[in-house]
Amino acid sequence: METITPTAAEASAPKPRRTSVITPGVDAFAIGMSDGASFLKRFFVESLWRPFHVREIIKQCYEVGYRSLPLITLTGFVTGIVFTKQSRPSLAAFGATSWLPSLITIALIRSLAPLVTALICAGKVGSNIGAELGSMKVTEQIEAMEVSAINPFKYLVVTRTIATTLMVPTLMLYCSFVGMAGSYLNVHGKEGTSLAKFLKAGFANISFLDVESSVTKSFVFGFTIGIISCYKGYNATSGTQGVGKAANASVVMSMFVIFIEEMLIVQIINWIRNW
Amino acid sequence: MALNPPPSAEVDPNAVISIRGLTKSFGDLDVLRGVDLDVQKAENVVVLGRSGSGKSVLIKIVVGLLVQDAGDVTVFGQHVHQLKRKDLDGMRRRVGFSFQHSALYDSMNVEQNLEFPLRMNTKGLSQGEVHDRIRDALEAVGLAGSLKQMPSELSGGQRKRIGIARTLILRPEIMLYDEPTAGLDPITSGEINDLINQVQENYHTSSIIITHDLTCARHTGDRVAMLLDGRVLRIGSFDDVFDTDDPRIKSFHDYNFTRRDSP
Ligand SMILES: Nc1ncnc2c1ncn2[C@@H]1O[C@H](COP(=O)(O)OP(=O)(O)OP(=O)(O)O)[C@@H](O)[C@H]1O
Ligand SMILES: [Mg+2]
Repeated sequence: METITPTAAEASAPKPRRTSVITPGVDAFAIGMSDGASFLKRFFVESLWRPFHVREIIKQCYEVGYRSLPLITLTGFVTGIVFTKQSRPSLAAFGATSWLPSLITIALIRSLAPLVTALICAGKVGSNIGAELGSMKVTEQIEAMEVSAINPFKYLVVTRTIATTLMVPTLMLYCSFVGMAGSYLNVHGKEGTSLAKFLKAGFANISFLDVESSVTKSFVFGFTIGIISCYKGYNATSGTQGVGKAANASVVMSMFVIFIEEMLIVQIINWIRNW
Repeated sequence: MALNPPPSAEVDPNAVISIRGLTKSFGDLDVLRGVDLDVQKAENVVVLGRSGSGKSVLIKIVVGLLVQDAGDVTVFGQHVHQLKRKDLDGMRRRVGFSFQHSALYDSMNVEQNLEFPLRMNTKGLSQGEVHDRIRDALEAVGLAGSLKQMPSELSGGQRKRIGIARTLILRPEIMLYDEPTAGLDPITSGEINDLINQVQENYHTSSIIITHDLTCARHTGDRVAMLLDGRVLRIGSFDDVFDTDDPRIKSFHDYNFTRRDSP
């Protein structure tokens, strides 16, 4: 029985210290960007191959829809009513209250419903995904999947991102519907407009491009929420603090990116419209 | 038995797991600095070491959860870090990994925790066969009655057992236990030690058992390896390893047998 002793040279060999390329902050930002990019790339690569975990996707769709439905109903309805009430005086000044249905429909479908839905889902679903994956990460459940030869990226990230991508447009259409219902109640109460007239006036100035672009926008928002929340959760650092941070960062970053996308997409759509 | 592996020699062709010159650092922290270790067929090897000595890192490298900086790990004669995803998964199906904190899926109940890896890894099992395999695995760990419980309702010892059952369900040839008795009372620890020995007997597994609990080491280890300063300092039978004047090893021994600790 012998004791192995490290040779002196091995034991005391100095390690080269790591230094930053520009400043630590800029380095961290660059590393973050490249991490994010490879996460995104991995999503597209992994979503192409079997297994597709269809049951898990359906379950996640249900979760996303179920979790946000009450809040979207309330917010959509209130937005419809309040927007109608607030717009009435301006239109009344020109004696144009009959334009209310048209104005509301355009505002809701082009802009309010996609944005309201995306922001609510970012808050509700994003924080949930961030916290769930974050806690799975710090309690080693993700590693447990990996050592059981299950690909956690496919099972957790791909399924959830597909679910949010599909459900946010669906919820957006539902939100427009509820918003118009709220608006109709208000218009009906004040001006006595019939439902048929309300709908006819409302959809008179809505083109297919309006609906189409809102749905496309919502697909982008849904994907953004899913992929960012999964990224934040999947890369949570250890400790319960890490879980809270992941949930919080999911929401903040999703919302930030959604606003930037909104701005870009509106530019693109206006450009198509004028073309 | 009680022999030191010559440092960084050729890979042992008969060993199930063979580790040579393994190094791993995190930033400026050198955790492993040249670990050599072999595990033979149907052998329990205990790795002892203090908290933070890199025990968990060592077995995570063995299953490819972490990648080493230098050195080589072969499992079933395959170089782990050279394996493609598909082959790595194939290797992992033959290796059971019991996590330090159990790592049960906390959105699933006990039955689903066991069913999930089974369904994902075996095609075309009937509902009956799945139930049988789950029942067998739970009986092996003495918890046949807790099918519908959620992980949050289980005690630490029960969670450890379910974690072990979840790996047994894939009928592994190698078991890696990360601190199987940490944080458990002496009686429960004793039961887990018996369970580890039973698993070895019934399933003829080869195991690495990570621990800082010397009672566990003495009861389960065919050989004991002492990990210190990122290397295997001594390896051999339990008594041989502690038959030394090295103060670092002596203090480890004395501390364990005069005071029970569970960080
Ligand atoms: N993924 C990681 N990133 C950075 N550092 C890590 C990582 N994993 C482990 N470490 C560091 O490596 C060292 C060894 O960790 P390890 O978990 O292997 O210790 P251990 O021997 O298992 O201790 P314990 O008995 O407390 O479980 C620790 O200092 C830890 O901070
Ligand atoms: Mg550990």
